[in-house]
Amino acid sequence: MIHSLFLINSSGDIFLEKHWKSVVSRSVCDYFFEAQERATEAENVPPVIPTPHHYLLSVYRHKIFFVAVIQTEVPPLFVIEFLHRVVDTFQDYFGVCSEPVIKDNVVVVYEVLEEMLDNGFPLATESNILKELIKPPTILRTVVNTITGSTNVGDQLPTGQLSVVPWRRTGVKYTNNEAYFDVIEEIDAIIDKSGSTITAEIQGVIDACVKLTGMPDLTLSFMNPRLLDDVSFHPCVRFKRWESERILSFIPPDGNFRLLSYHVSAQNLVAIPVYVKHNISFRDSSSLGRFEITVGPKQTMGKTIEGVIVTSQMPKGVLNMSLTPSQGTHTFDPVTKMLSWDIGKINPQKLPSLKGTMSLQAGASKPDENPTINLQFKIQQLAISGLKVNRLDMYGEKYKPFKGIKYMTKAGKFQVRT
Amino acid sequence: MTDSKYFTTTKKGEIFELKAELNSDKKEKKKEAVKKVIASMTVGKDVSALFPDVVNCMQTDNLELKKLVYLYLMNYAKSQPDMAIMAVNTFVKDCEDPNPLIRALAVRTMGCIRVDKITEYLCEPLRKCLKDEDPYVRKTAAVCVAKLHDINAQLVEDQGFLDTLKDLISDSNPMVVANAVAALSEIAESHPSSNLLDLNPQSINKLLTALNECTEWGQIFILDCLANYTPKDDREAQSICERVTPRLSHANSAVVLSAVKVLMKFMEMLSKDLDYYGTLLKKLAPPLVTLLSAEPELQYVALRNINLIVQKRPEILKHEMKVFFVKYNDPIYVKLEKLDIMIRLASQANIAQVLAELKEYATEVDVDFVRKAVRAIGRCAIKVEQSAERCVSTLLDLIQTKVNYVVQEAIVVIKDIFRKYPNKYESVIATLCENLDSLDEPEARAAMIWIVGEYAERIDNADELLESFLEGFHDESTQVQLQLLTAIVKLFLKKPTETQELVQQVLSLATQDSDNPDLRDRGYIYWRLLSTDPVAAKEVVLAEKPLISEETDLIEPTLLDELICYIGTLASVYHKPPSAFVEGGRGVVHKSLPPRTASSESTESPETAPAGAPPGEQPDVIPAQGDLLGDLLNLDLGPPVSGPPLATSSVQMGAVDLLGGGLDSLMGDEPEGIGGTNFVAPPAVAVAANLGAPIGSGLSDLFDLTSGVGTLSGSYVAPKAVWLPAMKAKGLEISGTFTRQVGSISMDLQLTNKALQVMTDFAIQFNRNSFGLAPAAPLQVHAPLSPNQTVEISLPLNTVGSVMKMEPLNNLQVAVKNNIDVFYFSTLYPLHILFVEDGKMDRQMFLATWKDIPNENETQFQIRDCPLNAEAVSSKLQSSNIFTIAKRNVEGQDMLYQSLKLTNGIWVLAELRIQPGNPNFTLSLKCRAPEVSQHVYQAYETILKN
Repeated sequence: MIHSLFLINSSGDIFLEKHWKSVVSRSVCDYFFEAQERATEAENVPPVIPTPHHYLLSVYRHKIFFVAVIQTEVPPLFVIEFLHRVVDTFQDYFGVCSEPVIKDNVVVVYEVLEEMLDNGFPLATESNILKELIKPPTILRTVVNTITGSTNVGDQLPTGQLSVVPWRRTGVKYTNNEAYFDVIEEIDAIIDKSGSTITAEIQGVIDACVKLTGMPDLTLSFMNPRLLDDVSFHPCVRFKRWESERILSFIPPDGNFRLLSYHVSAQNLVAIPVYVKHNISFRDSSSLGRFEITVGPKQTMGKTIEGVIVTSQMPKGVLNMSLTPSQGTHTFDPVTKMLSWDIGKINPQKLPSLKGTMSLQAGASKPDENPTINLQFKIQQLAISGLKVNRLDMYGEKYKPFKGIKYMTKAGKFQVRT
Repeated sequence: MTDSKYFTTTKKGEIFELKAELNSDKKEKKKEAVKKVIASMTVGKDVSALFPDVVNCMQTDNLELKKLVYLYLMNYAKSQPDMAIMAVNTFVKDCEDPNPLIRALAVRTMGCIRVDKITEYLCEPLRKCLKDEDPYVRKTAAVCVAKLHDINAQLVEDQGFLDTLKDLISDSNPMVVANAVAALSEIAESHPSSNLLDLNPQSINKLLTALNECTEWGQIFILDCLANYTPKDDREAQSICERVTPRLSHANSAVVLSAVKVLMKFMEMLSKDLDYYGTLLKKLAPPLVTLLSAEPELQYVALRNINLIVQKRPEILKHEMKVFFVKYNDPIYVKLEKLDIMIRLASQANIAQVLAELKEYATEVDVDFVRKAVRAIGRCAIKVEQSAERCVSTLLDLIQTKVNYVVQEAIVVIKDIFRKYPNKYESVIATLCENLDSLDEPEARAAMIWIVGEYAERIDNADELLESFLEGFHDESTQVQLQLLTAIVKLFLKKPTETQELVQQVLSLATQDSDNPDLRDRGYIYWRLLSTDPVAAKEVVLAEKPLISEETDLIEPTLLDELICYIGTLASVYHKPPSAFVEGGRGVVHKSLPPRTASSESTESPETAPAGAPPGEQPDVIPAQGDLLGDLLNLDLGPPVSGPPLATSSVQMGAVDLLGGGLDSLMGDEPEGIGGTNFVAPPAVAVAANLGAPIGSGLSDLFDLTSGVGTLSGSYVAPKAVWLPAMKAKGLEISGTFTRQVGSISMDLQLTNKALQVMTDFAIQFNRNSFGLAPAAPLQVHAPLSPNQTVEISLPLNTVGSVMKMEPLNNLQVAVKNNIDVFYFSTLYPLHILFVEDGKMDRQMFLATWKDIPNENETQFQIRDCPLNAEAVSSKLQSSNIFTIAKRNVEGQDMLYQSLKLTNGIWVLAELRIQPGNPNFTLSLKCRAPEVSQHVYQAYETILKN
């Protein structure tokens, strides 16, 4: 199983190490550094690196490499999933996951890591349970601890640990009982030059924030459950019930959790809410290029598109750009060649556009590659797949909870080729 | 108030100050000090000097402080074993604590202290904790057994912890079950032979129940464990699949992939006609697609596995091409994998889309990726014939971009397209020639030169083009030089009049001015060919070439099947079996897919294994027809396979003098053999000869006829056993046995081609051995062995080869060569093939010799469970050339006096004592060379028991 963990920052310093079995010398990371050097960018470091006696599996998040060392045949996905879970846990505990924050909380980090794995076997990875074992630091608690001498380590066995519902602790009490669900859909799409869709899919999630007293048993039903044919559930969801009735029935964890994630890929179901008109041209003879893009709404079901940001990696040959936007602000970084245009809301009556010229390296031939345009946007109160929650019912408890549901559509990896 | 304060140091010296604080009376100060120590430890500072002071803080009610001290102990106990003993008492006490959290913590920490002295004290508390009333403690203790096993395996076995652990598989709490499975799996990995996870339908049922209720990580352990089980029939396989399928909807990708592994493996057992089979196929696609929307690292592992799945069952993802389209900001390792899968999924239905995408990729920034994309276009052309034309025109478009590396890559793949579709697209050659000057990579230059040479008759200025390359001949890489030489020779043969000078020039450059032996030799060959017989030269050089195969990068089927069993593991990421890279090469057990059971609904009878064949034993997956044939033969002969005398071991031996001895010379001889005299005795002839030859009494003759249904002569023939599994010989599987018929020994071989390519040029060679066994004729395989074909060959042997004593005596090391490689294996031959026909000794002579051989050369053996009477024994042995000289009856016992002679002239005398009604015989052997006795005894056993 997992032997050791090294945390490495982007400048190549190992700033934390943890061993669950015998100590593995940190020199093993040299193989990682070699691979890092070979890969031009941090994102391109291969996630599995063999060394003569160990394997290094790594994930790169928040500009930190989390490198796990294993010695025997272990499912790599198991390790990588676990590493992501570690990052999520840190984020959950400290709000952000960064080198200074980890250093500031090194003892808690160490205690948490010790609780998460035993001899390389996962022990407690549910945030609910971890937080009962080791309380996350808050300013108030630190002050109280210093005064009273109490600790941030729970001395009771977490109640959920062994029950049939390991994700929920018992004895939860709230004065305001509330359950909120966010249906968030991200559109991943590749649009080609002419504006037709090459691939489009929706990655949807239902995130929940449930603060309910006792042991509530919830059921959530949809108007159009047939949309969901490729789903991954939180362990709390009763699979049988879903199979037979297409109803989500579950005892929720306490607090924030992801109830389900789903995937809609059937092409006709994926509406593309925006379009981009572009005219980017380089000419062989001249050292000037023309640049013009316009963004407009397409199938938005009458909703406004907000938070639109256009980014594009321009070819190396582009020295500078002189552009005028009809709305919003734009920047071009001549070093990284990154163009970014923050549009904001799209007004269908007056479409935002960005026009101007690019100055190219004099004498050089025109760039080989065309820039790809990346789009970010948000649409409130709309699930683009058309998914709609029908009703939410609660059993097992007597009080009346406050219920809420929110829809949102966002751009995921939304790319327009030019 | 953050922990960074723990890193600040003072001038006095950190260790000194910490020491003082650790010994402070104030609890709070102590705790802060321990935290500082831990903080230093995490960044790799050595704080082991504080060991005694930290351990002193251990006895405390404060759980946080206790945990911190435990953390410290785990890190440093190894370096301070004597000091660590101080902690033992506290541990033992904590294991009795009323709070289960503390009990668990204590047993968990103790297991992490890798000091032998401590482990002794650990046993008692561990035993208690394994039976603790609280499941949290039990599940922690289960893992602790694995830890202890890692430190001291013997101790764990002696204390019986393994059995306790096995009992925990039936625990009422699913988390305990999961941890027990995980611990057992880890222990089993270091002891592949031990049968720790002995799975049966009952335990499987328990695991499946626990699967639904345990944590995500536990599910992974249980699924991986399930994958090692072989269901007894297709019904059981189906019911397991049904219960595993819900795991495909799990949010944890590792759970999903482990479930996919179980399903892929058990699907092998399901009949394809079953409705359920189709349902299952449909259910597998969505979770695999979902894996691709996860983080890039997960995507990478998923893609490597999907690559295997697509090769094994392309139907699962055939409609999902689009999810493999590359996004420009994917990490490069994801891009390359996606591209690979795109090509595998390319078909006539989606080729237009794929080509449009590939063309798009060819304009990206990353050079490696662009190159691979261009190559992919070529591979599509070769794979999907209907698309070839479009691919070629796409490649031409790319060449027009004039981007240097794109042009070069394109030319390399166009060469392959020409090799697949000759004389179809030569209209593009003109365009290719325009780019001749920009080629600077050897591979591209060589490809271009090949094209010019191959199509010299259609290129007007071919001679000029080639001549231009010739100027810098010596600066070119070998690849280009060789290609240039061949191309010019081709040109000369096509247009002899104008190019004589050119060919002279290149031949002299290659033969006289080059010090590269390959180049020089090829030059000489061409030269001599051209000077002796230009017509022959034309036939050789311009012969029609075989078309290149469709997909060259597929994984061999046997390897693929093995890898399918390893989905989700490192092996699946590297596409190599674990034995190829697992640390220390611990005897990894080969996994194999279960054979499809013979169910009544199945229509594919030739593919199904005979019912009752031991599943999972053979390294091959679904027995091919050849195997079935072998199996049927075996059934005729009696109990299947694995006859004791033919225990094989494919030990990789050093190349010894086998190679030196000259497989190559053998190869040279071979062509003469082809079509010439036939050394392989057809069985029918052998039978006839056997019947005609008067051997022994009429009685034994009759006996021979009745017993010899499958054998061909009297001498016992063991069933064929696999000597060289396909996995070790790049797809060539060899099984065989030895026979002796009318004085001649032969080795009956069965060669099966389990690779994708045709095998030719077989040759065989033995290493020197104890009795000088050697092939009496070259190995003759008349036609090339095409994939999945099996051929049976009888190789005559003689005993005039060179002699070297082997250990064991009857060990024979064999080398087999084919067009792919040379393979080595060793096998044990039964000694009775060496018993000669004139082994009957005269009575007087027997008595004299018996007395003459010293008594210390006499060895006694017991032959058990042989329910034959003296008559039957005698005749049975006689058919294998063990002759009964006299028979006496002493006190109700039959005494048989027998003699036999080995090919090298050694006599062996035997006294066989048979008590009527008692199936156990006593055999006394006397021989001047007593080391053969053991093997003669084995021969007796084999003959009598079959």
